[in-house]
Amino acid sequence: MSEGEPFFQIGWVIDNVDMLVRRVGEHMTVTVIAVGAGFVISFGLALLVRRYPPAYGPILAVGSLLYAIPSIALFVLLIPITGLSLLTTEIALVSYTLVILVRNIVTGLRGVPAEVIEAARGMGYSDAQRLWRVELPIAMPIIVAGVRIATVTTIGLVTIATLIGMGGLGYLIVNIGVQRRFPTATITGIIIVVLLSTVVDLGLQALQRRVTPWARARQA
Amino acid sequence: MTSSAAVVRLEHLSKRYGQEGGALAVSDLSLEIPAGEICVLVGPSGCGKTTTMKMINRLIEPTSGRITIDGEDVMALPAVELRRRIGYVIQQVGLFPHLTVAENVAVVPRLLRWPAARVTARVEELLNLVRLEPATYRDRYPAALSGGERQRVGVARALAADPPLMLMDEPFGAVDPILRDRLQNEFLRLQAQVRKTIVFVTHDVDEAIKMADRIAILQRGGVLAQYDTPNAILAAPATDFVEHFVGADRGLKRLSLARVRDLELEHPITASEGERRGDLRQRLEAVGADYALLVDAQQRPVGWISRSDLQGDDPLTAEDATPGSPTLGPETTLRDALSTMLSSSVQLGVVVDERDAVIGLISVDAISEALRAPQATDAPATRRR
Repeated sequence: MSEGEPFFQIGWVIDNVDMLVRRVGEHMTVTVIAVGAGFVISFGLALLVRRYPPAYGPILAVGSLLYAIPSIALFVLLIPITGLSLLTTEIALVSYTLVILVRNIVTGLRGVPAEVIEAARGMGYSDAQRLWRVELPIAMPIIVAGVRIATVTTIGLVTIATLIGMGGLGYLIVNIGVQRRFPTATITGIIIVVLLSTVVDLGLQALQRRVTPWARARQA
Repeated sequence: MTSSAAVVRLEHLSKRYGQEGGALAVSDLSLEIPAGEICVLVGPSGCGKTTTMKMINRLIEPTSGRITIDGEDVMALPAVELRRRIGYVIQQVGLFPHLTVAENVAVVPRLLRWPAARVTARVEELLNLVRLEPATYRDRYPAALSGGERQRVGVARALAADPPLMLMDEPFGAVDPILRDRLQNEFLRLQAQVRKTIVFVTHDVDEAIKMADRIAILQRGGVLAQYDTPNAILAAPATDFVEHFVGADRGLKRLSLARVRDLELEHPITASEGERRGDLRQRLEAVGADYALLVDAQQRPVGWISRSDLQGDDPLTAEDATPGSPTLGPETTLRDALSTMLSSSVQLGVVVDERDAVIGLISVDAISEALRAPQATDAPATRRR
């Protein structure tokens, strides 16, 4: 930053709207792929736990271990294998979502009251019908809560992936803002990340309310 | 409503949990449950009554023996298909919280892939049957229902596909005593309409006596102690265990098996407001009666008028009558009738119909007469039919 320049230049933001929109798009693409892939894997693991409950402990242990690895360290470990690629980014991001998503899906499924399961069996639901038509819908609020946490966490983490060239808004914060000493970009990036997290979180919450109208009747 | 009922036969049924050598939960149990009857399995905890019931819809698989429904072995069908043909009601109801009342009731018809129009019509019919106004309740979620409403939806759901057999596991066990009594009465009224074969599990001997056409009393280890009509069991317990289990007040309990309408009612002299005192006095003197029952224009009881109070010839008014006798319905059990009369310290109860019009009188003497004569209550076939 040169002497005399204002700390925050609104003009730069206006001039670069196109670039900002593109970065937001990139950021969200990386996030959605990570949460989507994380969800598919976590769902499979949760179904495994539903069938073989003893698998839960080891799965959580591995998930927690992955969660504990600092993200930069994980990138460093992965670069020799998968290079500076989207794949490296996604592997790291997905591994952070697993523990959150598996835990919430399993907790949601286990929260289905025993008498509801017994009634479903007694009515003649097959195992698969019971899962899809009874257990998952009832677990939905807790599952969506997990997706919200995983998504917000991932939106924050994507910025770090700028270190391997996949950072979306992280590019603004680090590459332009910090490395070129241009605080306007850093501040703009942070504000957009926070706004993005909030909007996505509220959007998912609204979606959850919409698909589980019965959950509101409980408070009524 | 047309419906069918199934004969259920348990043949040498045994269940052993765990490995060979483990204790038997059910031991060589054989029962035949006639079509259209309520068979109550009752006994202390650990007697295998719930295990026995759950073997019928294969929620639990028997260790040995077999079960047939209308002659067909339950093992002949896939368990899921078998269960769709058997109604199932449990104590905690287990309504699906994410489905509306209508969707809950529609569960089995939809599993059976009924056309949508038939499902809708059936849901309406069932909600009316359990006295839940469809327009009010159809779209509610279970969380917005009271305990009694939930239980009724549970019964409607079990009846949805018109199964010939229903299994009910302590269905009224989780509600307060007043509501339980009401739900029991409603269920008996419903059963009189639908006439299903019902296997009903309870640990409460009073509930068993009230609900059952036949009671199977089980003791620890799933051993059948006695299987008979409630009246026969109360009149002649087969073993010390049964005698102890049904309680020392079994004579009194037999009173709960007979209803007011089973007795010959006495007919009071009735008088209407506006009748001249002199006329009534003459009518009472003519039959040698001391009291008349004053009724209103709809024949509803107002109170008693004593002959000695009938001075002059003014028209009778409601103020002349002394209220006091409790009113009883024809369906009131003799036990409840006696209890009501004792607690209002009168010798007579006024029996009224559903519009509260007087149909007769019942006395404490008539009830004790019924208790003395076994044949008076020995008519299970006429109890509800």
